[in-house]
Amino acid sequence: MIQVFSEIPQAAPLKETRAKMRIEELNFFYGTTQALADVTMEIPLNHVVALIGPSGCGKSTLLRCLNRMNDLIPGTRVEGTVMLDGSNIYDHSVEVAELRCRVGMVFQKSNPFPKSIFENVAYGLRVNGWKGRHEIEERVKLSLSAAALWEEVKDRLHDSALDLSGGQQQRLCIARALAIQPEVLLMDEPASALDPIATARIEELIHQLKRNYTIVIVTHNMQQAARVSDYTAFLYLGRLVEYENTQLLFTKPRKKQTEDYITGRFG
Amino acid sequence: MERHFLDELDQLKKQLLMMSAHVERNIGDAIQAFIRRDYQLAEQVRNRDPEIDLAEIRIDEHCMSMLALYQPVARDLRFITTALKIVKDLERIGDHAADIAKQALAAMADLPIQGVPDLSAMTGSAQQILKKALDAFVKADVKLAWQAIQYDDEVDRLHEKNLNALIALMIKDPPSVSQAIHLIYVNKYLERIGDHSSNIAEMVIFMVEGKDIRHLEKIKRLSKR
Repeated sequence: MIQVFSEIPQAAPLKETRAKMRIEELNFFYGTTQALADVTMEIPLNHVVALIGPSGCGKSTLLRCLNRMNDLIPGTRVEGTVMLDGSNIYDHSVEVAELRCRVGMVFQKSNPFPKSIFENVAYGLRVNGWKGRHEIEERVKLSLSAAALWEEVKDRLHDSALDLSGGQQQRLCIARALAIQPEVLLMDEPASALDPIATARIEELIHQLKRNYTIVIVTHNMQQAARVSDYTAFLYLGRLVEYENTQLLFTKPRKKQTEDYITGRFG
Repeated sequence: MERHFLDELDQLKKQLLMMSAHVERNIGDAIQAFIRRDYQLAEQVRNRDPEIDLAEIRIDEHCMSMLALYQPVARDLRFITTALKIVKDLERIGDHAADIAKQALAAMADLPIQGVPDLSAMTGSAQQILKKALDAFVKADVKLAWQAIQYDDEVDRLHEKNLNALIALMIKDPPSVSQAIHLIYVNKYLERIGDHSSNIAEMVIFMVEGKDIRHLEKIKRLSKR
């Protein structure tokens, strides 16, 4: 294949990627209401996958199925499988706390603990039995650096996390999630409450993080999905309508329903 | 915002249609001015050219503002990028109309000569390919766009044929050189109109199907190297 100097770098076709997670025939119910129907897709290793779709389409439900966060909601039921490196996370033998260490999550609203910046990041380590002060300090520094926050907070690590700005708090929550070194990072509208500058920093961070992590992001902001993700999945009424290389999906979607949604002609 | 955006898309389409109509009219009039040695008509064509230039600028501005304000995707993005591309081709075709008018004015200074090759097939073909390309755009008709692209071969063939006839004429009858040169220019401008029309048709295919068919043969050859 020839190399053209002006070629735009873009993600490989989905079928050529190596899957970190594999969702197979997933159905999810809130009581008698079915929220996800027959969803089958792969999450490629070290890439960013965006889930888009109108409110109530099941994108957050799908995200929360990936680390069994929905287990916490009474009356819910899941069918199908979600494989992480070839093992079904819904097997009875799976330790859920351990799973959530491997598949971390960042929420829409930043939720730092009412503790110091340092303790917020160290919290997960201590819960997981870390005791050595030096090791904890090293990991806190590493995590804050990976979350692009270290330079801003290195001189006030023992100040309250609640004194940080909204964008900083969200990056702190990302640092907290990174501290326990997850393999997959789930992000549920991580920038929806942030101003454009803080949003740009989170997006830049996502670009950097994908070198080491596999990321799944739910966003209502389609431009954001287009900017940060390698692959985009469009969900509607609990079904996966189209899952494609992001550049292709936003320039040449295959399904009319996708085209109507992303061009704002839905309904 | 959605309603607003759709209104703006409609508005952009109207601007393009208006510009296309101006270009088509100028080409037709320029050719008539040349054939009939009509001084007034040639002047009119030249005077109308700045309106086409202005339309190009206005359409560019409109596209830029829509891209900045709405960040369109999928078919809307393809429509706006197509508009940005074809507006340049339309402007160049407009320039060629003015060029033909200029040659018409210059040719009027010389006496008509006998035995010049008949350019009517060429003028008809250039107008035909332009019409097909613009119709393809208006109707978003891929079939028509392909017809326009294929028609360009015919325009090229006629260009070659006329050029050879004009060279032969100049060799045979040196006093005809001055007039023949005007015809060579006009012949070339008509051929360029065919190329620009073909570009428009290629962009129509991109707009409708998202397929980029530009320079396909050359790219195939490049990948074989």
